[in-house]
Amino acid sequence: MTKAVVNVFLKDGVLDPQGKAAHHALDSLGFDSVDDVRIGKQIIIKLHTDDRAEAEAEVKEMCETLLANTVIEDYTIEIN
Amino acid sequence: MQKTLKVAVLRFPGTNCEFDTQYAFEKLGHTTELVWHEDENLPADIDLVVVPGGFSYGDYLRSGSIARFSPVMKAVTTYANDGGKVLGICNGFQILTEAGLLPGALKRNNDLHFISKHQNLCVINNDNAFLNLCEKGEVLNIPIAHADGNYYIDDEGFKKLEENEQILLRYSNENGEPVVVNGSVTSIAGICNEAKNVFGLMPHPERALEAILGSEDGIRMLKGFEA
Repeated sequence: MTKAVVNVFLKDGVLDPQGKAAHHALDSLGFDSVDDVRIGKQIIIKLHTDDRAEAEAEVKEMCETLLANTVIEDYTIEIN
Repeated sequence: MQKTLKVAVLRFPGTNCEFDTQYAFEKLGHTTELVWHEDENLPADIDLVVVPGGFSYGDYLRSGSIARFSPVMKAVTTYANDGGKVLGICNGFQILTEAGLLPGALKRNNDLHFISKHQNLCVINNDNAFLNLCEKGEVLNIPIAHADGNYYIDDEGFKKLEENEQILLRYSNENGEPVVVNGSVTSIAGICNEAKNVFGLMPHPERALEAILGSEDGIRMLKGFEA
């Protein structure tokens, strides 16, 4: 079995309303070291293959097809 | 004599504006037919497909992202590519952008709130099969009700929209000047594709048919498809 961890975030330059709200909240709580906050989602996929390269290729296709909207989002894939 | 349209209204798990949409077109004298998302074909001889509002698949992952893979959406894509007219309202607009039938994407509203209210809209372009009964610069009063209506498109895409007169509506004040409602690029509320046969908007014209309920401006919009 292979586990893939996919992180999906809004692209740089695309305003992240949730990240901005969290940033404001952190500011108002006194965390004045914060430059930027981005909120994304993490998707964990278990695949029944042991071939890491095959898993990565397949998960990439899943991201391009469904898991990310590449008009506004970027994604990263970690294979464990 | 007014042309009677045959309108297909799609229905996904979580759609909730299908009956309002049927009511609207039937009130205007047209016939409608609900089409279930698992259907692989659209009814024969239709004049228009409407992808109505709601929360298809619970808005899971992203609004519209799962509905776009329904069997019926394959038929809608073929229909649209052959020049058939398609109108997406609210969640329908989100589904059409996810399906790639309309450019851009709809993000969470800037203030993160679900916004539900009557809103003025300014007609930006009317040289199309949808808004041809409205005047350019005219202000319409139409309800909005959405959490993910923040339209995004990159600079290059935006230029194309402007050049091809694909921007249909902007959120505005009563004088037609753009106002920020949800963070949309240049306050865009509705667009069409380059071929001008696929239309999408966040506001709900099907909820604006009776003055006693606040506005009847939706009539003029929906009747446009009779031309």
